Amino acid sequence: MRHLLSIADLTRADIERILDNAARFEEVSDRDIKKVPALRGRTVLNLFYEASTRTRSSFELAAKRLSADVVNFAASGSSVEKGESLKDTVLTLAAHSPDAIVIRSPYAGAANLVAGWTTAAIVNAGDGKHEHPTQALLDVYTLRRKLGSLEGRNIWIVGDVAHSRVARSNILAFRMMGAAVTVCGPPTLIPRGIEALGCEVRYDLGDLREADVVYALRMQNERMDEAFVPSLREYAAQYQINGRRLGPRQVLMHPGPVNRGVELSGEVVDSPQAVITMQVKAGVVVRMAVLYEVLAGARDARSAPRPTEPLLA
Amino acid sequence: MSGPGGDQPRLVRAPARPSDLLVRGAHVLDPRTGLDGVHDVFVRDGTIAEISAPGSIAPPRDVETVDGSGRHLFAAFVDPHVHLRTPGQEHKEDLETGTRSAAAGGYCAIVGMPNTSPTIDSAPILGALLDAAAREARVPVGFMAAITRGLRGEELTEMAELRALGAAGFTDDGRPVVDAGVFRRALQYQRLAGGVLALHEEDPALSGKGAMHEGAVSTELGVAGIPSVSESAMIARDCALAQYEDARIHIQHLSARESVDVIATAKARGVQVTCEASPHHLTMTDEDVRGLDTRRKMNPPLRSEADRQALIEGLRSGVIDCIATDHAPHARDEKEVPFEQAPMGTTGLETAFAAVHTDLVVPGHLPLALVVEKMTAGLGLIDLLVPTIATGEPANLVLVDLAAEWVVGESGYESRSENCCFAGRTLRGKVLLTVAGGAVAYRERSIMLSAA
Repeated sequence: MRHLLSIADLTRADIERILDNAARFEEVSDRDIKKVPALRGRTVLNLFYEASTRTRSSFELAAKRLSADVVNFAASGSSVEKGESLKDTVLTLAAHSPDAIVIRSPYAGAANLVAGWTTAAIVNAGDGKHEHPTQALLDVYTLRRKLGSLEGRNIWIVGDVAHSRVARSNILAFRMMGAAVTVCGPPTLIPRGIEALGCEVRYDLGDLREADVVYALRMQNERMDEAFVPSLREYAAQYQINGRRLGPRQVLMHPGPVNRGVELSGEVVDSPQAVITMQVKAGVVVRMAVLYEVLAGARDARSAPRPTEPLLA
Repeated sequence: MSGPGGDQPRLVRAPARPSDLLVRGAHVLDPRTGLDGVHDVFVRDGTIAEISAPGSIAPPRDVETVDGSGRHLFAAFVDPHVHLRTPGQEHKEDLETGTRSAAAGGYCAIVGMPNTSPTIDSAPILGALLDAAAREARVPVGFMAAITRGLRGEELTEMAELRALGAAGFTDDGRPVVDAGVFRRALQYQRLAGGVLALHEEDPALSGKGAMHEGAVSTELGVAGIPSVSESAMIARDCALAQYEDARIHIQHLSARESVDVIATAKARGVQVTCEASPHHLTMTDEDVRGLDTRRKMNPPLRSEADRQALIEGLRSGVIDCIATDHAPHARDEKEVPFEQAPMGTTGLETAFAAVHTDLVVPGHLPLALVVEKMTAGLGLIDLLVPTIATGEPANLVLVDLAAEWVVGESGYESRSENCCFAGRTLRGKVLLTVAGGAVAYRERSIMLSAA
């Protein structure tokens, strides 16, 4: 695989291969010295046009644990604020010959554009409201560990689906792995035609008990200013996942950061059903597997070292 | 309807020597005169002097003879809706490149929009532009003036003075006139100033930050959508107001099936409304936007297949009066940005006929004669020119090879910009020669001078 731009580009076999590799990297994270030489001498550039602490640091950790050199480029305080275009920035940074560029942008398709402008492997770390493929991969990884398989599972994605790249990538990934997906949220935040992605639509939580997995989305405060919902209070009353609504055998997920008291009540965040910290932990190993895949996996699949026991030893 | 002085809109061009030309043996097709067969057409001093049986006109020694055999000769196309970006954005297009692009597309006259920098909203600006066109334009060009100053939608421009100077009509194209009260005053003022009000229809509150058609594809891509109803609701409002004020309006670039319905109803009620559709809306849909190619970002956006079919049916039924390109050049670096950031617009003059011919005529969806009629009708709607092939008429002719295939963009463009939504596509139908206002304005390389 040359780039990771969207879940839509992947097959089920691709996802399984990446996640199997992630499982092999799991052991590295538990060592005292959390490093393997798989990407020694390679340079990974993190190019973040949106504020992000979790995703960026997760990618940074993943690259460092594979012994890659990491350069972080954040839009604030850089030439971008001085009006430089995305293309000029990318061409400038590409002059340093990074092997991989991890890009987050507020605009759909930005990662695809960058892929056309450089020879580096491109990993999409979120492009506008389009996709966030590594989030979907780490979510599938987490569910595989928790449930064994997604086949035949019923997954509800609850909240602001319209503005969520996580929702788009996850609907595709969950469906590809054999799960049934229902999206649920305020009618003002469920985009027209979402059924075309192969999911069901509900506007209330009445049938939430059907779900094996409840995936709550972050309710972003700026949506309040745009008056998509009358108030956070009304939103919470209708859509908050709380102890009354969440069943004991349901798995609860959230991409973080959580607004306690809005999309999730504090009690469910702290409940044993919540796998939110597992997701964060999965983020590092899955991103290790993704970087490995695009930098060592596909280009010379035969000659590249596999992340098997001898390599990790 | 004209102002107190009977003012007429003006078309101007750079001085050009009237042509003498004999086109021999072409299939001449002009739906207006009923011509539909092989003829020789003789142009003398820029005027159509004779139309007769093939071989019956002996080529005079001093006259260029063009072999038309196997080719088609139409009345040249006209376009009531192009962006020439002058003044102020000459890095995208100027009068020379824009009219050269028009000539290469087979157009004999075009009308530029006033959303320039500064806006064409006062007599001195319009006057200067007409003067410049009289030096630079390869084909006759007219200009619409703004309805409101600075396109701000607040105060009317000095429409009577602008019309007296030759404004081809009035439009805030690029934006709707949002305030219904301001728009109503423009309709009332038309009784004095004359000139059609050409309308870009959308409700900004419904369009929001949309960058493409709202539907399953926009949802999948995570790109905010522009709903069809943003256009059709505004058209319904404006048709109601035009009827109430007994005024004349022209709806630009129809894109949605609901809009076709609204206009059909309005026309049936007797509203003085005409409308246009663009080649890209007739041939492409939101499915073509999946790759987020910014050349396919335009406003109104490419809509669904059902919308496209409704537009085609609108041409057939006569609800849609003409085909207009909305030629909207943008510089390469302006379009080489993420889709949501990119400016709206595609160039269209050089590909309009070939695109419609390839996608609608060749597969048999529309008759060739209907397409020719719709591509030559647009300036008649605003009291300008209806090119006609008849003895004594000024020569406005386009010679086309309908069988010739070419790849869009392969040999570059005459336009200064290259943001063409058809780039890379193989189209059938190539313009070989354009005669505009009596003078040859474009010659494809294969058309050589055969006379001294």
